Amino acid sequence: MLQYLLKQGPVQPTRRQFLLGTAAAAGLAVGYRLIAANPASAQSAAEGTQANPFQAYVEITPENGIVIHSSQFEMGQGSYFGIATLVMEELDGDWEQVDVIGASGNTGLYGNLAWGGIAQGTGGSTSMASSWERYRKAGAAARAMLVAAAAKNWNVPAEEITVAAGVVSHGSGKQATFGELAADAAEMPVPEDVPLKPRDEWTQIGSEDLKRYDSVGKTNGTQDYTIDLKMDGLVTAVMIHPPKFGATVRSIDASSAKALDGVIDVVETPRGVAVVGTNMWTAMKGRDAVTVEWDESDAEQRGSAEILAEYNKISDGTAAATARNDGDAEAALADADKIVEGHYEFPYLAHASLEPLNAVALIGEDGEIDVWGGHQMPDLYQAVAADVGGTTPDKVRLHVMKTGGSFGRRAVSDADLIVEAVATAKALGPGKPVKVQWTRENDMRGGRYRPAYVHAVKAGLDKDGKVIALHDHIVGQSIMAGTPFAAAIQDGVDPTSVEGASNLPYAIPNLKIDLTTTDVKIPILWWRSVGSTHTAYVIETLIDELAAAANRDPVEFRLSMLGDHPRHAAVLKLAAEKADWGTPLAEGRFRGVALHESFSTYVAEVVEITYNGGSDFTVDRVVCAVDCGTAINPDQIRAQMEGGIGFGLGAILQEELTLTGGVVDQENYDTYTPLRIDQMPPSIEVHIVPSEEPPTGVGEPGVPPIGPAVGNALRAATGRTIRDLPLIKALSA
Amino acid sequence: MVAFTLNGEAQTVDADPEMPLLWAIRDTIGLTGTKFGCGLAQCGACTVHVDGIAMRSCQTMLGDVEGATITTIEGLSGEVGETLQAVWAELDVPQCGYCQSGQIMSAAALLTETPKPTDEDIDAAMSGNLCRCATYHRIRAAIHEAADRLEA
Repeated sequence: MLQYLLKQGPVQPTRRQFLLGTAAAAGLAVGYRLIAANPASAQSAAEGTQANPFQAYVEITPENGIVIHSSQFEMGQGSYFGIATLVMEELDGDWEQVDVIGASGNTGLYGNLAWGGIAQGTGGSTSMASSWERYRKAGAAARAMLVAAAAKNWNVPAEEITVAAGVVSHGSGKQATFGELAADAAEMPVPEDVPLKPRDEWTQIGSEDLKRYDSVGKTNGTQDYTIDLKMDGLVTAVMIHPPKFGATVRSIDASSAKALDGVIDVVETPRGVAVVGTNMWTAMKGRDAVTVEWDESDAEQRGSAEILAEYNKISDGTAAATARNDGDAEAALADADKIVEGHYEFPYLAHASLEPLNAVALIGEDGEIDVWGGHQMPDLYQAVAADVGGTTPDKVRLHVMKTGGSFGRRAVSDADLIVEAVATAKALGPGKPVKVQWTRENDMRGGRYRPAYVHAVKAGLDKDGKVIALHDHIVGQSIMAGTPFAAAIQDGVDPTSVEGASNLPYAIPNLKIDLTTTDVKIPILWWRSVGSTHTAYVIETLIDELAAAANRDPVEFRLSMLGDHPRHAAVLKLAAEKADWGTPLAEGRFRGVALHESFSTYVAEVVEITYNGGSDFTVDRVVCAVDCGTAINPDQIRAQMEGGIGFGLGAILQEELTLTGGVVDQENYDTYTPLRIDQMPPSIEVHIVPSEEPPTGVGEPGVPPIGPAVGNALRAATGRTIRDLPLIKALSA
Repeated sequence: MVAFTLNGEAQTVDADPEMPLLWAIRDTIGLTGTKFGCGLAQCGACTVHVDGIAMRSCQTMLGDVEGATITTIEGLSGEVGETLQAVWAELDVPQCGYCQSGQIMSAAALLTETPKPTDEDIDAAMSGNLCRCATYHRIRAAIHEAADRLEA
């Protein structure tokens, strides 16, 4: 997502006067508070030289623990484990010592390097790319400084000192733990250009034996999430949101609610009404007793069916903008021997993370603000918390919690939960911490969905069966418009609307990707793999249909157009080979293939389905091949592909968020239906392409290919490409 | 006042008998390993054992557990539970981990009832437990592995 910032440069200031990357530009405008601050160190980091690792990234505790301060957010994808692996490769500590916490408040130290370092944030599957040099260098510098401290204390040459499993040793028998040396080490000169281990000496990176350090706490209930926070005097608030997007509070009748035992207050926030209780149950009972009248004059009144019907009409007209234009698609289509064309419809989708959204805020007697939560975009949240709380960002401390999922939902430009929590804490007064805890219904109806899209496509083959032209007109809302990321929109093209289509790898001489951005008041957001959630389905089912029209094998057909893209071709070949592509299948069983690159990670997936007629089919086998550059944690790459396949499969089979008269129809998991275990393919294999390229990400790229791979298998079974998603609904119609 | 046994110890809770057991466990008693996901018995994140049976605590009223024996993830013990927890970590089943307390409680009830489950048994017993990270592939593998170890 945010990698566009890198291409486009820093975003413009907004009315809130925050600028992603201000801290670096203004020289520590945002204070660094997590560990003993050293402004000089942070400033040097901002200027591109090595920061003192002990003041930025690696904290050695008095108990000899290694606490790694992560720039990247942990929502389940394993970023903390990946970063710890990079540090540990160079530091030679003991994994028993390791913990990782989220850092914030200093763009110079923690800005995402995959975005040019101009803002801290997690998205676009960039965590390993951003951390690859930074955290290995931090580990190496920390190790060198520990060795230097030991050399000085023992009066021996540093070259004679060894480090293993968290112990620093010298042949004379002298030994010290990291903890014993940490204070002295932090005072050593920071090495200017610390050498990193060569690849053939790695013991951590790429290890198949390494397991996540953080799994045990997730098996015995000890892992704390925001919902689990405890503190003296903490109260719970439940939100009442407008029933239609864009509605505002006209009046609140809280008299019955306030009379209930355990209801503390009813507070109007900029985003709705917070009902504060002594605990979740009293807050929910209070919420049920509040009557709110809404002003719906500016609210979205349309239903999703009307919106999609309008998109269909727009898609047949002239596009507002063009994202890519090679050759002359219109002329080439007029000359084509065979045409494949149609309209694709994609519904709104909810993130529906298992931990309903939440945040805890406390305003101190001194006006300083503490906010605990899923701070996926910390620089922004710090600025928003300050704005809502009436103070400056340096008076805001963010406590980055691990969260029960996100899939993009915790990276939201209007900082919805932060606004609600800080506004409620402000209303309650200083010294009173409050947890705003959404219910599932709040979460499902609270907006920020994967946008609905329509694609009108037309592609042509010449008489030799070669694809000579492809035109795609994409219609839908812009994720970046009206946000701090809007500067990435160039010539009317939001890159997140067209990615996956505008960077099409296939050699097609006449190619036009058009975009018309719509004006709809339904709040939308990036959703795991963003634009590729729809573009991959369109392109990969269209290519497959073209292969069928040309009487060509789908794998061979794709390979014939991938001459300039060896990494695409390699994953496709590997997946096809491992999936026994081309061998006969039992009756009723069908294969489908799809290939897609997202966020510079290349993934091909081959599925086998059993089709029993109508909407009755099962996905029996998935073979996935992935090239994400250097594999840091191979088993976690497999885990992210497996999970991405399940996440994407649920969406393509049966997820759909609809609205009637502006009101969201679904409220809970009974009607909005992510994949369950009985639909998970019984066989999933993941094959990782060996690579020495720099690492790219795996959080999102497993998602896009599964939908079109299943769609293509269904076309093999039924003879038609399903273009109206979700699949089961279309097959039932 | 409602009295029951929680994780092997006598417990009394002075609260609205209509309060879901989930909130009594989390907010009143303060054990937070049992998670809130939906409030409608649709996701299974709040699964606990009530008299040995896997129940959704968000749809079990406090007033209905008088005299019952309740086990949460914090109190899960015995060979089945401990084997499951060990295998869960060894196979790195969790991603975000939020649903995994409920997954393990459901799996423990399954293995207690059906020591050698088939894939179909697992799907039937576990389909009430959502995992938005879709760790299902490893959940299946972990249950089979735990069953094998318990049999050995």
